[in-house]
Amino acid sequence: MSLAVHLRSAVCLLGRFPALAGVDLDVRSGEVVLLAGPNGAGKTTLLRALAGLVPMVDGTAIVLGHDLRRDRRSVRRQLGLVGHTTSLYDDLTVADNVRFTVRAAGGSVDALESTLQSLGLAGRLRDVPVGRLSAGQRRRTALAPLLIRDPELWLLDEPHAGLDPEGRDLIDALCSDARRRGRTVMVASHDLERVGALADRQVTIAGGLASLAPTPQESSGVG
Amino acid sequence: MWGDAALVAGKDLRIEMRSKVGVNQVVPFAFVVLVLFAFALDPDRGVLDRAAPGLFWVAVLLTSLLAIQRSFALEAVDGSRDGLRLSGLDPAGIFLGKALAVAVQLLVLEALLLLGVAFLYGTALRGFGVLVLTCVLATAGLAGAGTVYGVMAAGLRVRETLLPLLVLPVLAPVLLAATRAFEAALAGTPRAATGWLGLLGCFVALYTFVGVFGFGTLLEEA
Repeated sequence: MSLAVHLRSAVCLLGRFPALAGVDLDVRSGEVVLLAGPNGAGKTTLLRALAGLVPMVDGTAIVLGHDLRRDRRSVRRQLGLVGHTTSLYDDLTVADNVRFTVRAAGGSVDALESTLQSLGLAGRLRDVPVGRLSAGQRRRTALAPLLIRDPELWLLDEPHAGLDPEGRDLIDALCSDARRRGRTVMVASHDLERVGALADRQVTIAGGLASLAPTPQESSGVG
Repeated sequence: MWGDAALVAGKDLRIEMRSKVGVNQVVPFAFVVLVLFAFALDPDRGVLDRAAPGLFWVAVLLTSLLAIQRSFALEAVDGSRDGLRLSGLDPAGIFLGKALAVAVQLLVLEALLLLGVAFLYGTALRGFGVLVLTCVLATAGLAGAGTVYGVMAAGLRVRETLLPLLVLPVLAPVLLAATRAFEAALAGTPRAATGWLGLLGCFVALYTFVGVFGFGTLLEEA
């Protein structure tokens, strides 16, 4: 199986601080990988680095077959990142925000209505300015472009944060669907039990270094 | 590139129409500047009429700072700048789109300010062809250079205070050339504006070139 992510001795600096200090990581295409680790360990930095938002200053980084350090744009075309921030414009409606993001990525908005429906954002909510939404509704809105674009690599940073139980179940279902379609999903989360149940593997980040660990399922001998 | 520019410009203009910041704050600010000039300079001695071109462009220049800051403030909220970087949009298209949106707002403002100058300062508007051409070129220069420096300052915590320091000296040639071209038009000697319009054209070409080829690096590194 081909590798979606191949990192060797990858180093990222935040200012002068080495947020990733020589990470080695292989993620196979179609895998769901849980990134675990304490606050400040480097989970978010790793996801942002894979999206080319934090420059890798040393090491090898091949993402979806492209050298991330040389060809950031090609990598970005094939991935979607939903992070702590939603990258939404408060004065635009839900539909306008999603339409802009999808069109900017060169995608078609044919599936806009059905996607908003599946996220519980159809009807009155689709025409509400995002600035008036709750935090959970904003996070759902931020997921919509990802679902419509359906990129090869999904990078989700604490996707369950701020969501109600129904929303958390929705995220789980989306991750499972993505894996069924052969997408690679990397999820940074503190909810090891919930995400571990979805994940094929767990990668623990500590002090800017990554190490493989069994998922909670594997640890308990389930699956 | 042009499709991306239209997408970004449409997005920025839609946000401005919805938020009404331009109507409620930027335009009134420009008129307050015009009125303050009228208070500061004695209209009885005809000073305002003679100084009208310079006062008009100073008002436009100061207001353009608000428009440029506003353009990048939109991208500073909730990680929108990261969204723009990840979007896959051509950086040249983003530059042209953001500059176009600023330029459209400034052109509307200039039309209103021209009426304000005529009404408040008693200036007789003549040489419309030169006035319009000057507005178009100077606005393109203000928007282009402002967008280049706006993205440079966007990633800094001190962007609100730094941007005027960066931009105002750079825009001095626009202020000078646009004022002289306006003076020529209003004096009924439009041919005297030719050289100044040429200077504005060079300025536009320079900053369009810098923006188209350098905006991507500035967006990533700022």
